[in-house]
Order: sequence, then structure tokens, then C-alpha cells
Amino acid sequence: MHISEAWLRSYVNPAISTEELVEQLTMAGLEVDSVEPAAAKFSGVVVGEVMAMQQHPDADRLRICQVAVGEAEPLQIVCGASNVRIGLKIPAALIGAVLPADFKIKKSKLRGVESFGMLCSEKELGLAADANGLMELASNAPVGVDIREYLSLDDSIIEVDLTPNRADCLSVEGLAREVAVLNQMNWSATSVENTEISHQEALTVSVEASEACPRYLGRLIKGVNAKALTPLWMQERLRRSGLRSLGPLVDATNYVLLELGQPLHVFDAEKLSGGITVRWAKADEDLALLNGQTIKLDDQALVIADDKQALALAGIMGGNNSAVNNETQAVFLECAFFSPQSIAGEARRFGLHTDSSHRFERGVDATLQTRAIERATQLILDISGGNAGVITEVTAESVLPQRQSVFLRRQRIEKMLGIALADEQIADIFKRLGMAVETQVDGWQITPPGFRFDITIEADLIEEVARIYGYNKLPNSSLLMRSKLIPATEAVLEIDRIKDLLVDRGYQEAITYSFVDEDIQFIIAPDIKVIHLKNPISSELSVMRTTLWCGLLKAALYNTNRQQNRVRLFETGLRFIKNDGQVHQQKMLAGLALGGAYNEQWDISARKVDFFDIKSDVQAIIALSGHEVQFLPAQQSALHPGQTAEILASNGEKIGWLGMLHPNIEKQLGFDTQVFLFEVDQNLIFNKRIPLFKSLSKYPSVRRDLALIVKEDIAVIEIINCIKGSADSVLKDVIVFDIYRGKGIDEDSKSVALGLIMQDDAQTLTDSEIDVIVSKTLDILIDKIHAKLRD
Amino acid sequence: MSATLEEILAQALQELAAVNDLNQLDKVRVHYLGKKGLFTLQMKELGSLDPEQRRSVGQIINQAKDQFQQQLEACKEQLENAALIARLASERIDVTLPGRGQSIAGLHPVTTTLRRISRIFASVGFKVVEGPEIEDDYHNFEALNIPSSHPARAMHDTFYFDAHTVLRTHTSPVQIRVMESEKPPLKVIAPGRVYRCDSDITHTPMFHQVEGFLVDTDVSFADLKGVVYEFLRAFFEKDIQVRFRPSYFPFTEPSAEVDIECVMCNGEGCRVCSHTGWLEVMGCGMIHPEVFKAVNIDCEQYSGFAFGMGVERLAMLRYGINDLRLFFENDLKFLEQFS
Repeated sequence: MHISEAWLRSYVNPAISTEELVEQLTMAGLEVDSVEPAAAKFSGVVVGEVMAMQQHPDADRLRICQVAVGEAEPLQIVCGASNVRIGLKIPAALIGAVLPADFKIKKSKLRGVESFGMLCSEKELGLAADANGLMELASNAPVGVDIREYLSLDDSIIEVDLTPNRADCLSVEGLAREVAVLNQMNWSATSVENTEISHQEALTVSVEASEACPRYLGRLIKGVNAKALTPLWMQERLRRSGLRSLGPLVDATNYVLLELGQPLHVFDAEKLSGGITVRWAKADEDLALLNGQTIKLDDQALVIADDKQALALAGIMGGNNSAVNNETQAVFLECAFFSPQSIAGEARRFGLHTDSSHRFERGVDATLQTRAIERATQLILDISGGNAGVITEVTAESVLPQRQSVFLRRQRIEKMLGIALADEQIADIFKRLGMAVETQVDGWQITPPGFRFDITIEADLIEEVARIYGYNKLPNSSLLMRSKLIPATEAVLEIDRIKDLLVDRGYQEAITYSFVDEDIQFIIAPDIKVIHLKNPISSELSVMRTTLWCGLLKAALYNTNRQQNRVRLFETGLRFIKNDGQVHQQKMLAGLALGGAYNEQWDISARKVDFFDIKSDVQAIIALSGHEVQFLPAQQSALHPGQTAEILASNGEKIGWLGMLHPNIEKQLGFDTQVFLFEVDQNLIFNKRIPLFKSLSKYPSVRRDLALIVKEDIAVIEIINCIKGSADSVLKDVIVFDIYRGKGIDEDSKSVALGLIMQDDAQTLTDSEIDVIVSKTLDILIDKIHAKLRD
Repeated sequence: MSATLEEILAQALQELAAVNDLNQLDKVRVHYLGKKGLFTLQMKELGSLDPEQRRSVGQIINQAKDQFQQQLEACKEQLENAALIARLASERIDVTLPGRGQSIAGLHPVTTTLRRISRIFASVGFKVVEGPEIEDDYHNFEALNIPSSHPARAMHDTFYFDAHTVLRTHTSPVQIRVMESEKPPLKVIAPGRVYRCDSDITHTPMFHQVEGFLVDTDVSFADLKGVVYEFLRAFFEKDIQVRFRPSYFPFTEPSAEVDIECVMCNGEGCRVCSHTGWLEVMGCGMIHPEVFKAVNIDCEQYSGFAFGMGVERLAMLRYGINDLRLFFENDLKFLEQFS
């Protein structure tokens, strides 16, 4: 909310600077976002009056004016504005004046006629972005007075960013009340007198939705002049609050909204048929709004209607068909209390947000309507004339908000704030805030006023004490809370350790969005059902990722498109899978590598990263957990069918995937190099095996090497599993130390060289014992996988 | 006889002088001193002499042999020295060439910042807890005292999946989840990703928060102020000015915004702090009785505070990063600066 500082100070004027006032508001929880001067810098402009005027002899559009500026003689000023006329009062810039943007006024000649100054528009004074002719001042404006003084332009516009609980400050009076409390000053509200009733005509008002509209006031004002000019002081106050002047009738209601915080509405009475009804809309009822938008209503929408149709979206925006214009002669002035519950969310639902809905949904003082309608009537009659009729009021007392009193325990203040305050100080704070205070033995019974919707429990009162006393004056205590020792969970491998490992192995950590492009998601995982956002920010961020690869691939592309030819990235985070209607949020760890196996360097021959490079990285991660896993050849739609391994735990649980991005996808996404990927389920690798000590063998270990020839389609893991499955407990390890294809080996076969490490815990193995074990193993290999011993 | 010995010695010394390397030297040694060496044979022949002669001739042979041996040793030492010098020269490398092997990368600055925050709180016994990112309406809003009609919902531009399922808009639901399942005293921080349907220069639709809360008997606003103040000093490693401003969150009462003295201009006023000298860094407050009610904790017996901060914001201030969007572009040129 924007508000004029001068307007605020007209209620309460503490002897503090603008900066101090702003600081005070901010520190009281009414955060000031900005302070701007009310008008651009200019000087040397006074109120002038056109005394005489004649046509310029050589220019059709110019007039030669004699302008009184409070000096002995009028000045001759040449002017081209169409609205210049004798008797008009206008801002006149004198010789030596400096207008905004450092525009200096000098004596000049226009088409041969001397001009001693300039008559100004609002635009030329920096008061409006546009102007249609000269700025017209009131006929009683004092000639010769500096215009800055006359319009109180040496003012600041304060922008207050109010939290939703402080609807009471959405008005000048509301802010004045706070300023008075903070400075311990008195203030008084604008006095409003009841208007004289000059006719008895009235519209019937019936309220069908009284829970939503507990109070409705209306009155007919006839014979208004909608063409009257809104007085400058009012236009200026509206302008400084960011509102444009929209004619005297609307201006008057807007002014009361700013002054008291009560939204009102004026209907053109001649456009209404029959009486006024406050009701829920009918399904599919249409309403053309003031902003040009036509909305389709439903039975959740509260409307103001006449006998024929819906006229306005209650508390939010009026309708076009019943709007006032400069032909209007009679108005129906509405001033209602709509309950916050009935307005909340409604404006948003229709994509609207108005000054009125903003206030109603946060809470307007339900006791304010009579005062507000009288104030608005007074202003309309003052500006536009007319005759006010009686006020028709429909109030359902039983559903009006009632302020419940709240008890504040004295001891609770100290307990919650850590400081004891004097009783008088506390009572004074509440009284100044407009609350009814009843002092009791152990505390205070406090009843909040109608404008405070946010005081319902004891904690709310404590906050008020803290706020007015000053948060920064409250004590700080050091952390003396009880501490417990936290168990050092060893059975869980910490993600930080894994991240560090990957960083040390050259992977840069990335963080990508959890929602991804549906197209990329589909390319990577066409078979997995995705979860769609209902209101995505863009189609590129519309579905929840089912694999972290989507984001990593996109991040890699971002970098390869920027001349990075070696990319290694990893990410941790959730993936989102829907199974049988259940959403599963799984913690994953994924990595990507492309380009050189190493950074280009002088002593390692350049080679591209391959499957076994990243397999070693994945194995390193798994080694941290102490788990035994297997990498089995498998198929995954995103990966190369010949370079894909599924990672399985010893109990068969699927831990993750590792492989080369499928060449088709590589091409489709726009990579020009092979990409390797891995992804593992964090929960399945993070359960760490706590080491259990086994005694060391005192006897030497022995190694025997075997070179086996097997068919090409036999995976090495099968050979190793076969050996481990068959062997004696003395077999401790099997090492693969060579794979050979070529001369001496059949085309569809390969030679696999293995080292068998054997050791007995109880004795030294003899040669003959070892021979027996090796030949037994060999027999099984020959039998099961048709291996041959290489000569 | 003795003439022959002299000849042998002369020959031996001559051969020694011609030796170029240790291999040749060893051949010479074997030729004269080995089992069948010339000096050895001379000694063997002594046996055929009578004892008187044997002694004097023996002495002569030994003298000759010793002389040869001394020369041999000297020669050996010289050759070894030369060999070492040659080796050292041949093994000389350019130590300014880069080391070889895998290079090291770095963590994302958000992770580094989260780790620092976690470490500070863990040091006084806060436990780190995580929660789901797809969250139900109850935990994200209702239980935090934000009913569906509440204007505060407009402050959260929420991503929806359906009427009751959202992407969490803050890490506060973790507070509810922990209090539902554990009894006070509680000291928890909850870091993680949060989502708001908002994207411009200063907003990304996903960012990170750390929620912290403490529930115990006799926790006051003064404790909250103390913890927040100490944390900010620990995080920025500086005795910075901190101020608390009244604010509003549906799930705390009293509520406060915390400002720190601008770390870019030391409070003088600059573009980053909009010339106010202050930067808003977190929201906090005393846990609202309605929140305690939702999780069945007696707010007469217990009180607590909660705070929440934006991790990217803290990282930006700490490292002088001037564009929020850089965090999620994952440009290596950006990320590598934080290795």
C-alpha cells in the first residue's frame, strides 16, 4: 500500500524525520518497502491566473496570455494548450524556473512574440505520465503561491508491505493509530457527520447469503453532477496512493477506502431494475466486469444483483452494465461487510486482485459501515452535489464477527519473552492499540477492537507486547537448552562421504530441477508413468523426473554447447514414481561422464571415457558401503544394449543401472560423443555393513593362474561365480588379469586369464593339495561352461 | 719366477687402467683374483716350493696382489661415482610439468552452504531430518495453521498435482512430521528442496531452505534471538549486526523477520541491500499454539521456536554471487569456482 506521508501526518505528527518514521514502521512489523518523493524536483512554479488572452497573429494554435502571478504586473506568456481560457488558474513557470529533467525556463520569442514563462501541464511538472492540456487548479487557488506549497508536493510516498494479519493498517487511519501508539501520542479520527436526508426514495435490499454478507448498507443519491471535477487535494492524495482519478463518484469511494479502509461501490441507479439482492450466483450466470473481462459464475460466487441480473462480484469488482459514467445522475451507494471467508480465494479464482478484495479477504472492521457510507456521501455531495436518501441497512447481528476477549497471564509474558515488564506499561500498550483492558490479579482480560482480526489467542497478545516494546530491545539468551548426545550411526553411509568420493574422482556436483521436460523424460524412460504438475511454470518443467538422468543430460548439453568437451557431473535427490496410485519418492544418486577419460595432459595418451572408467567409480561408491554387488548384463531403454549393466545386491535387490547412453538417444538429444551414465538407489547402498573382525591366517597364501578359453557369450562374472560356487573355503579371491582375443583363439571365443588366491587358516597348503583344488575347479568349469584350458 | 709375477702385475695394472665400466672391471678382477685367477694360481704354485722359499715368495706374491687390489678398489670407486653421476643426469626431469592422473572436481555451492549450516547446528545437538517433496495439503498448510481460505496461501505460489497434493512450498512440513512422531525435547534442522510457482530474475521455481526448530520446556523468544544471532555470526564468521522485525507467519506467534547488516557494504547502503544497509535473511518465531495442537503437544508444558532460511540467498551473500539462476544452469565455469 502506498500512502502520502503528509496525509498520515495530518492525523499524528511526531517530531521525527521521514527516515525515523519509516524505521519505526518497519520495526513495528509494518515493513516499508520504499520511500519516493511525491513529485519530481522542480522550482519556480507558482499559481497563475489567465487575466486576458488574444490570438497569436502568426500561429493558429498559440494564444498570447496575460497571466497574474502575484506581482504588480501580469506576465505575457504564449501558450499552445487547448484548454487555456480567461479566468483559469494554472501552474505558471516563471523565468528562472527549473522543471523536472533540468528543463530551465528562459525568456523566449514564439513566432516573434515575447513570452516570459510557461503555463504547465501535469506531465510537465512530473505529476503524471500523460496530460491533456494545462493542469487546472481550483478557482480559489491563491495566485502567486508556490505550487509545491499549494499542492503540498514536498511530501513522500511511503510504500508499506503489510503482512496478511494486519488488515487494520490498510488505511491512513489505521497507520495513524499505529504511529500514535509507537510515539505515545494522541490522535483523532476524521469526524463524520450524518448527512441531511433530502428524499425518502430507497431500493429494497434483501440479503440471501447473510453468513457471507452480515451487513449491507445502501442509499440513493440523486441529482449528482458526474462531470464535476474532483478537487486537486483529493486527486493528489489518490495519486500518491497509486490511484488514478476516475471521476468524482468513484474517486469519493476510493478516497474513503484509503482513508478508513472500507471498500464501497457506486452503481448507476438508473441502470438498475428493481431492488438489490445479495445472493450466491447461479451456475453459468455471466457477469461483464468493469475491467472488460466477462466471467462465468457458479454457486460459490457471491454477487450483488438486481431483479434481472448479477451486477457485481461482491467485494471484488463491479459490473460494466451498472457502472457510473460522466452522464450518471443518480447513484446507489453500497457499503457492506463481507466476511473474509466468503471473499478469500474468490478473487484469485477469477484471476482478479483488487483493492477491495485485498481488504475484504483480510478483514474489514464490521463496525465501520455506517461511518464509511456517511463519509462517502458527504464527499459526493461536496463535490458533485445531489440529494441523499435514507440508508437502507440489512444486518444479521448473529453472524457479525464478535470479538472474544482473551486472557493474558502475567507470568506467561516473562516465560515467552524472557523479560518481565511493568503492569502499567502492558496495560498502556493495549489501551493505545484500541483494546478494552480489564486488569485482574494474575493478568489482563483483553477485548480486541473490530478492526483487529488477528487477536484470538494469548500468543497474539504477547506478540503485541513484544512488537510495541520492540523486538530488538528484548533480551537474547545464549543456547542453554539441554543437550543430548547424538548417536554416531555407523550403519548408515553418509551421503557427504559419497559426494566427496565422487568429487575426488573428478565429478562436479550439479543441482537440476526436480521437474523436467516431458519430451526428454519420455525419450529417457518411455515405459515409466510420469506425475504431471497441474500448473507447471512451462512445458519444459512440467513432469516430475523418474530418473536424475533427465537433468544431468540437459546440464551436460548446456556445457557441451559451451565448448566443454569433457563433462563429469553427479547429482543426488529424489525421483518420483507412481505405482498403483501411490507416489514413491526415492532418493537416488546419479552420474554422467563424457569426453576424455582424463583432462588433456602431456603424459597420458588421450582416450575417451568408457564403460569401465565409470564402473570403477560406481564400484568405489559401493566399496564404501561394504556391500557385495553384481553387475549383470541387462537391457534398459535409455542405454546401449551391449553396454548396460544392472547392479544387483547379493539378495537380488535392484540397486541401479550403469551404461552407455543409447546411440539413438545420444543423437536425438544432440550429443556428438558417447555419454556414460549411472544411477543407484541411495537407500539400498547406504545401509553400511559394520565391519566384524576375523582373525588373520598365519599361513602363506598361494596363487595359481589359469588361462581359460570360453565362448564369447560367456560373461566373466559367470566364470567367477562358477569358481566361487564350486571351490573350497581355501579359495580367497579370483583376479581377472587378462582377456585375449586373436591369434590362436577361435573367432567366437576368448581367453580369460585368472589368478586364484588360496590360503588355509590352519595350515600351509601343500602343492598336491593345491593341485587337487585346481583340477577340481577346472573340471567344473569344463562341465558347466565348456571352458578349455589354454595351452 | 719373480719376473713372471712382475709381468703379471704390470699386465694387470695395465688392464685395470683400460677398464671403462664396472662390467669390465669385474672381468679383470676375476681374471686375476678369481678361483682360477692369475694371482690365485701363483699362490697355488707355492705348494711346490720348500718351506723357506714358500714364505719369502708368498710375501712377494701377496704384495703384488695387494697392490693390484688397491688399484682395483680405487678404480671401482671411481667408476661407481661416474655411474651415479651419469644416472642422476639421465634421470633429470622437468618438475614444472603438471602431475598426471584424474583431476578433482567440486561440490555445488548450495551443498557447501547446507553443510556449513548443518555443521553449525549439529555442533549444539540439532539432528538433521529430511522429508518428502511431494507433500499433502495437510502437512504443507493445514497443520501449519494455513487453512485453505487463508490469505497467506497467496504468498505461496503453490505447484499442485491435485487438490490435496502439492510440491512442498517450504521445509516447515518436516516440523509437523517430526512432532507427529517424536516427543519433546526436540532439536531439529530440516534442509531440502522447496518449490514455488514463480520464475524471474530473483525467483527460481525450485530453491533450498533450511528449517530449524527447538521444542522444550521453557523456551522463550530470547532463546530464539540468541540462537539466530549466534548462528548468523558463525555462518558469516563475523560479528555482524542483526535485527529482529515483527512479521507474520501463520505457524508462529510472535513472528519475526531477521535482517543482517549488509555484508556487501557493511551496512553503508548499496544496490544489494536497496540502500537500506540491511538484508533480510530469515523468518522465525515462536511455534503457534495451533501447530502444537495439530501434533498433540501440550503448549502449556512445552514451548518452542522455529526458523527458516533460504540457502541460495545465504550462498549468494557468502560468495558474492549476483544471479540466482546461475545455481541451476550447472555451467561448469560457474560450478568450478567453488571447488
